[in-house]
Amino acid sequence: MTMRSSDMVLAAMLAASVAVGATWVASAWRVRAEQPEVLRRAALVEQLGLTDLALFTEARYTRHPSQSDRHAAFQDHPFALEHFPSGSVLPPRRQP
Amino acid sequence: MIRLSQVKKAFNQGRHNEFWALRGVDLHLELGGVTVFRGPSGSGKTTLLTMVGCLARPSSGRISLGGRDISALPERFLTDIRRSTFGFVFQSFNLLKGITALENVMIPAYPLGGDHGALKRRALALLERLEMADKAQSLAEWLSGGEAQRVAIARALINDPQVVIADEPTANLDSERSAQFLDIVAGLKRDGKTVLMTSHDPLVAEAPVVDRVVGLRDGLIDGGG
Amino acid sequence: MSGWFSRQRSLLDFAVSSLARRKGKTLGLLAVYGLIVFVLASAMLFSHALRHEAKQVLAGTPEVLVQRLIAGRHDLIPDTHLAAIRAIRGVKSAQGRLWGYLFDPAAAANYTLMVPPADAPAAGQAVIGAGVAAVRDAAIGDVMSFRAHDGALVSFTIQAIIEPESALVSADLFLVAEADYRRLFGIPDGRFTDIVVTVRNPREVRTVAEKIDAALPDTRIILRDEIRRTYESVFDWREGMVLLLLSGAVLAFFIFAWEKASGLSAEERREIGILKAVGWETADVIALKSLEGLVVSLAAFLLGYLLAWLHVFQWGAPLFEPVLKGWSVLYPDFRLTPHVDELQVATLFFFTVFPYTLANVVPIWRAATVDPDQVMR
Repeated sequence: MTMRSSDMVLAAMLAASVAVGATWVASAWRVRAEQPEVLRRAALVEQLGLTDLALFTEARYTRHPSQSDRHAAFQDHPFALEHFPSGSVLPPRRQP
Repeated sequence: MIRLSQVKKAFNQGRHNEFWALRGVDLHLELGGVTVFRGPSGSGKTTLLTMVGCLARPSSGRISLGGRDISALPERFLTDIRRSTFGFVFQSFNLLKGITALENVMIPAYPLGGDHGALKRRALALLERLEMADKAQSLAEWLSGGEAQRVAIARALINDPQVVIADEPTANLDSERSAQFLDIVAGLKRDGKTVLMTSHDPLVAEAPVVDRVVGLRDGLIDGGG
Repeated sequence: MSGWFSRQRSLLDFAVSSLARRKGKTLGLLAVYGLIVFVLASAMLFSHALRHEAKQVLAGTPEVLVQRLIAGRHDLIPDTHLAAIRAIRGVKSAQGRLWGYLFDPAAAANYTLMVPPADAPAAGQAVIGAGVAAVRDAAIGDVMSFRAHDGALVSFTIQAIIEPESALVSADLFLVAEADYRRLFGIPDGRFTDIVVTVRNPREVRTVAEKIDAALPDTRIILRDEIRRTYESVFDWREGMVLLLLSGAVLAFFIFAWEKASGLSAEERREIGILKAVGWETADVIALKSLEGLVVSLAAFLLGYLLAWLHVFQWGAPLFEPVLKGWSVLYPDFRLTPHVDELQVATLFFFTVFPYTLANVVPIWRAATVDPDQVMR
């Protein structure tokens, strides 16, 4: 056991910090590299006149949350409880 | 030299179980030499040692070390003096479990910083001198009584103190180990260190290496030597 | 200065050996603490990146959308409304849109059926999103058939598949010609799903919207700002799932800290007594305990954050998929661009490391009066 335990711990922390620093570098690099892709997506949105991300395809009001109003979630039943998981991560639309 | 003037120490002061361990001790200890404090249990020997060794402060009275009054010093200075002047060997050894003998010896010097390599060498040298070098990497809980005591002694010596204080050092040892302990004390004396011990073991009090015996009874000095 | 470093290293040696003495407990603590950081950081990174993506990608959504409501429900809008809108001053153009939902029994999936405003496919042809192609295992040239509103079969030959990189916005799209759309759903000429309006002067958008509202009282108007605002609060901390996550994590943090701060065990007390008896000052003991706390919490943060970053940005956040996908069959295959909010990360770091380190030190303050002479007895 030639290495002091404090040296081992410091080395490990340093390695982890370097790894975290690497994520920063990777983030910056990828943001730049993926920009054209993002712009293509934006162009598609404009071209097709899209209004929402295609994230939650479970129900109409989760697929197009920007288009649905407050009644949309209750269309099926006035006392309808939220039964779509994605409904719990998206807030109801705030009236302007 | 250590001087005590009318030192009194009480425990649980002001409460119904108030107990005066020392009731006015006057003492003059010269440096160098081996002194044994003798007396029945409850006589205040251990309390006296804690006062001398800066582990606690007197309820009243004065203690001076080398002419300097240490009885009213703030904790920090007291700790500093304790660290550099005194080395303790406790009756129950009080080694830290779960770490090696070597590390136990090095611990008192950690807060001082300093060269870690040099500290390690110094600790090993001390263990070697006490014939414990081969047990340096053993965990403290695996050591026998005699071995643990020697590690405790090495620990007490790591900061090269002037005074070594031992509380009932032979209480948990057989005759052979007790004799070995007294040999170690002789070695410390040769090195010019002062050794203070408490004991109610006549073997210790009457050993040739001992220079002076101080008797204690009910918190007061009872005759001298 | 070197003396200070040397001292910290020695204290760190001892702190590590103290932690190693309780190996099981320390590793367990590290694992659980790291897991909490992982979950929180994952949610944090994911939501921030998603919001950033939505903001960028939806920059060009329609300026003004006009919907018709009957009894609170979305109904088709007639071309008379279209003419009325065109007549309003400030309106540059208005166009009817056709889009809706198509349930495909073959895949049990919902598609968004749409007639693109320009370059619509030829009759009998369709352009499909990558998600549709995946779920039906379809390629260019394949034929997909659906039952129209009257029961007859309407077939589409797949002309093209929208590039997979755009899956986030187009995964479930099914683009067809106008005639085919009307045939499939039985929507008569002169009726549209809603109307897209462009405005001459962008600053006049609200005024124009008010005019449309005044002219057509049975309509609901959605502006670009509102569309974009919808995604600003996705994964907001007030949302059900996220709130649950957050509460759980905060509770766990609190339990850890409380466990540490509520006092020392007899063993720890004894150890501190011995340390003080051999010459350690209270300040040294505090430094030791801080280092212990720091080592654990820092390690937990670094590991947790690293894994979270990899989880979200490298592996596509598979742990969140069940929540996002929910009951749907179609889920876009996408990898978020790593936009990281440094402030959020710094906050997480602060709350991970400091309270725990402090909690480690608190009982020392209280036990500071441990008389070293107690160990003599």
